[in-house]
Amino acid sequence: MPEELKEQAKCLSLDELRKKLKSEGKGWRGLEELAETEGFQELLNREFPRQAAPWTGGVNRRTFLKFMGASVALAGLAACRPQRIDKIVPYVKVPENVVPGLPVYYATSLTLGGYALGSVIESHDGRPTKIEGNEKHPATLGSSSAMHQAMILDLYDPDRSKGVLNAGRPAAMDTFYKVARAAVAEGGVRILTETVTSPTLGALLEEFLGKSPGAKWHQFEPINRDNEIKAAEAVFGAPLQPVYNFANADVIVSLDSDFLCEGPGAIRYARQFSDGRRVRRDSMHMNRMYAVVVAPNNTSAAADSRLRAKGSEVEQIALAIAGGIGAGGAGANLAGEATKFIDAVVADLNEHRGRCVVVAGAHASPATHAAAFAINQALGSVGATVNYIDAVEVRAESQAESLAALIADIEEGVVSSVFIFGGNPVYTASGGSRFGDALAKVPFTVRLGMYDDETSDGRSWHIPMAHELEAWGDARSFDGTASIIQPLIEPLYDGISAIELLDGLLGRRREGYDIVRSQWQRGGLSGEFEAAWKLALNDGVIEGSASAAKSPAASMSAVVGLAKRPLGGTEVNFRPDPTLYDGRFANNGWMQECPRPVTRVVWDNVIHISPAMAETLGWNPVRTMWFHPDSEPVYGNEGRHGGEAGVPIYQIEVDGMKVEGPVWVTPGHADGCVTVTFGGGRRRGGEILKDVGFDANAIRSSNEVWTVGGAKLTDTGKSLIVASTQLHHTMDDRELVQTSTLEAFEHDPEHVTAHPHGPQEEMSMYPERKWDGNKWGMSIDNSVCIGCNACVVACQSENNIPVVGKDDVLRGREMHWIRIDRYFHGPSLDDPETLQMPVPCMQCEQAPCEVVCPVAATVHGVEGLNDMVYNRCVGTRYCANNCPYKVRRFNFYHYADNYRNNMPSPEDAPVLKLLNNPDVTVRGRGVMEKCTYCVQRINEARKTAKKQNRAVEDGEIVTACQAACPTQAIMFGNMNDPEAKVTKLKAEPHDYSLLPELNTRPRTTYLVRITNPSPALAGPAEAGEAH
Amino acid sequence: MPNLFRKSANNMVKITFLLGGLGLASVLLVGANVTPYTHRLGVALDQPAPFSHKHHVKELGISCYYCHDGVEKGPIAGVPVTETCYTCHSQIWTNSPLLQVVRDSYEKNIPIEWTRVNDVPDFVYFDHSIHIAKGVSCYTCHGDMDEQNLSFKENAFEMRWCLNCHRNPDDWVRPDDKILDTDYQDGDKSHAELGAELVKKRGIRKEQLDNCSVCHR
Repeated sequence: MPEELKEQAKCLSLDELRKKLKSEGKGWRGLEELAETEGFQELLNREFPRQAAPWTGGVNRRTFLKFMGASVALAGLAACRPQRIDKIVPYVKVPENVVPGLPVYYATSLTLGGYALGSVIESHDGRPTKIEGNEKHPATLGSSSAMHQAMILDLYDPDRSKGVLNAGRPAAMDTFYKVARAAVAEGGVRILTETVTSPTLGALLEEFLGKSPGAKWHQFEPINRDNEIKAAEAVFGAPLQPVYNFANADVIVSLDSDFLCEGPGAIRYARQFSDGRRVRRDSMHMNRMYAVVVAPNNTSAAADSRLRAKGSEVEQIALAIAGGIGAGGAGANLAGEATKFIDAVVADLNEHRGRCVVVAGAHASPATHAAAFAINQALGSVGATVNYIDAVEVRAESQAESLAALIADIEEGVVSSVFIFGGNPVYTASGGSRFGDALAKVPFTVRLGMYDDETSDGRSWHIPMAHELEAWGDARSFDGTASIIQPLIEPLYDGISAIELLDGLLGRRREGYDIVRSQWQRGGLSGEFEAAWKLALNDGVIEGSASAAKSPAASMSAVVGLAKRPLGGTEVNFRPDPTLYDGRFANNGWMQECPRPVTRVVWDNVIHISPAMAETLGWNPVRTMWFHPDSEPVYGNEGRHGGEAGVPIYQIEVDGMKVEGPVWVTPGHADGCVTVTFGGGRRRGGEILKDVGFDANAIRSSNEVWTVGGAKLTDTGKSLIVASTQLHHTMDDRELVQTSTLEAFEHDPEHVTAHPHGPQEEMSMYPERKWDGNKWGMSIDNSVCIGCNACVVACQSENNIPVVGKDDVLRGREMHWIRIDRYFHGPSLDDPETLQMPVPCMQCEQAPCEVVCPVAATVHGVEGLNDMVYNRCVGTRYCANNCPYKVRRFNFYHYADNYRNNMPSPEDAPVLKLLNNPDVTVRGRGVMEKCTYCVQRINEARKTAKKQNRAVEDGEIVTACQAACPTQAIMFGNMNDPEAKVTKLKAEPHDYSLLPELNTRPRTTYLVRITNPSPALAGPAEAGEAH
Repeated sequence: MPNLFRKSANNMVKITFLLGGLGLASVLLVGANVTPYTHRLGVALDQPAPFSHKHHVKELGISCYYCHDGVEKGPIAGVPVTETCYTCHSQIWTNSPLLQVVRDSYEKNIPIEWTRVNDVPDFVYFDHSIHIAKGVSCYTCHGDMDEQNLSFKENAFEMRWCLNCHRNPDDWVRPDDKILDTDYQDGDKSHAELGAELVKKRGIRKEQLDNCSVCHR
């Protein structure tokens, strides 16, 4: 046993940790911190733990001269030539509204899971560079989500398919149409799409099916509304769709739902939910959320009271709540903890009739959905907190059944051709359905896809698909609102859209614009067409197209009928991945490197288990966080690995299907079950997705299964180093994220934090400065931050922040300017409270980074910005070393061109240069960088104001993180303006700053996280500080 | 231990030192980047059509803003689009061989590739519109464009040169009606009083003008 192994073996056991936590009751970042492992201390004390091991080999005169000689020889060669001569290429005729150097904004929509997300796209010289939400669109309200932000990177992805392929060889589109039309004429045609909400595509499909006898249309997406539709059909007799209004809800119950971050209405729901939680001195009203949770997610982290439950138990809990309300449920045999929780929920719901709502997760069972429908009905919530509308999809159906029908038809031999529009069903369909094998039996298969991926492999024809920013189209959002999708750029790789392909198959081959326009000419726009069409394009939303609310009659008796028998043995839960979704973002570096909520794991997907489950499996999670005892220690040659864990790889076996994946101990996860997410283990379709994670679909027996019992977990003896950013950039142990309860706040708002506003008047060795004019500051409300990562990816998009790849993340070199810190809090190791806190640059008034810079590359401006001058930076990294908040990032390599993991390839992917925001410098190797409060946006607004001889107005400058934040947790503004929102927030009694004792006087301050736990469930008073 | 290097490696070291010395000298002499040569000051550059500012500005009296129409709106003043040239040259000098480039461009819809004369490094975020709005003349930076036939660069746009004005705007800002005045004397202490008044009136925050993030970000 190596020396280090022995040392680690001495660490605390889980039980010892539990005791310790109970007696100390403090906050913690991870098991490593609790156990005070050496590795954690190292992360705390050293900025980049895995590097800069001192040179031990010794330097002799010869090697010294060798290196010196080379550097001197190269020193002066760059300077002696005249400046390069560039060209200026003006337009021949200038397009309307184009001013060189200024961006143009267009309203359009992007879709996720078929549903529209209203967007406003910033375009520089014809290059779309940034996605923002569209204020006029009901699904985004001007905000955004991480996936929404990342879609722009897909547009420029150098791995997209670049031409028509016939059996893998380049071919012509004309030939394709000739062959395809013949195939259509033959009959036995099947069309497979993703969820379709587009009226135009719907109409074309209808026309196509009408003209091709025997043709059928199937829909499949792994993340769908199947269970909701089943429940709605049973309860209401029609596939109605719920639209929630959390703004009216005082009590919210989430039945294993992640409604804040998942689903087509998530951005709007997050806004409504957070609007009910902005506790201020003069408005102390706050909603309360109860969450039943299997695998911790952002919604459960935001909940005030939680109950951990296995996937199969969620249904029983839902039915028990329904029973308690008198909505047709039934009591169940549940543990004491669960009964207590259910009683509290039932009492609270009864107390808030008509002002409460129960939400079931998309993956919850039909009975759970039905119970939620029945409870809402019984409590009089319909019309207040939930409305029902006709299904938004062109055809609402169980997609799992739709795909199964297609497979059955193929097996029967009645299918002679399949046209697959988008999606990636060969990868996303469950392993048990064997869709890929079935598809291979069809003689003529066509795939329209952005990538030559698993589904395109082996097809007769592959047609490149246009990105939604390249083609015309339309889509509906979660509430039925329609919007037109307009392109911002010509297809980069000759892609065409689904409507263009279908129109071509119908023998017309019209332009996308004509197809969409003619569809809307037939109806759907009110008033004179031309004006209405222009208005729809301008606004990005079609006024008044939202579906009307219905008041359906519910059959309560249907609820119990849907109930399934409880599962036995170890359960496996399947979930969409919080960053990769169903795998469609697997080739998107931003999403791969976006730390997943709660676990902060990047790149690989993992098998989530609870600490107690790890014990059951026979190992101490604390020790194995560092390495797996039965395998080679993961210490590399570079010394101790920092922050990442060499975790054991387990094999999950269900129904004879097997998959291997790394196990991740996630405190807060339900015991007795594991959770796996989709999106890993992609086999084809790009460079980024290679060798990342494992394919959870492989053990999914059917597309209807979200929880399966009887799983067998076996240790493979192998281990994998999984990159997690959780312990990177760790600040020292003082009250960092502070929490309190509504009760404490109501009782004494002035004392929920020990140092409101930080100690401002302390003596300082820095010269005192006067701050007049604009005094920029930021306030972040921890009560409403849901940790969704929208700010992280928005910042990445706005500020040209590169992706570094898994290896460099392992070295603590991820480049995100704003990170989300996660802390666990509370006395329970197994079910801790999860706290999340975004940390951008604090813009300290007395910045420790500035005094140590030898070249004055980081200095203060008069508006209080801690300016970072890239072209002056020589890369000593003293500033990062001296930053107590650890918000500075260093370019160890030329990351800006190393888009692919460890593949320096600027020539390889010049297309990615189109993505960059020209208003922000692309940083080179050896340069320090950090958040600047989006100084490019500040400068732009200041210039505009100055040209008009006025002051910058409040709200005129919106930083990228602030704009993207769905809950508006981030507020930026001029602290010298007494009317500015940020000034008022900073005057709140629960405003505090990080590490106030350092007297850095940060301009970014926080509001104490205030929760509203149920008095019936709250343990001993927990108010106080987690550090 | 065997020798790591062959004997000839000694020569390499000598050569390295020699080259190093030369390199060092070039750093001192040229690398400081101060010579007009490296900036191509006063060198008229070839252009696809021999455009004369002297003729158009001084002799014909066309305003700078007519062709450089982005100058008041955005960061880039802009070289005129072919259509702008064609406004007049579809009527006059319609057969001039010197203007064949313009006619070709317009008819075939192929942009003209002009040679850039004035440039700032990519890490400088210069904005024309704010300078014009606050009373900095075109001529202050670009020199006597109205005297140039083929255009050349008169000022090197080094940072210290920019800071001349950014630190003492009083001496440089002009009244609104003098922005296109070719005879106005810039950088003159005699304007300081008027300048100070203008700086105040236009809300120019002097202490901010030399903040790094004003130009670099």
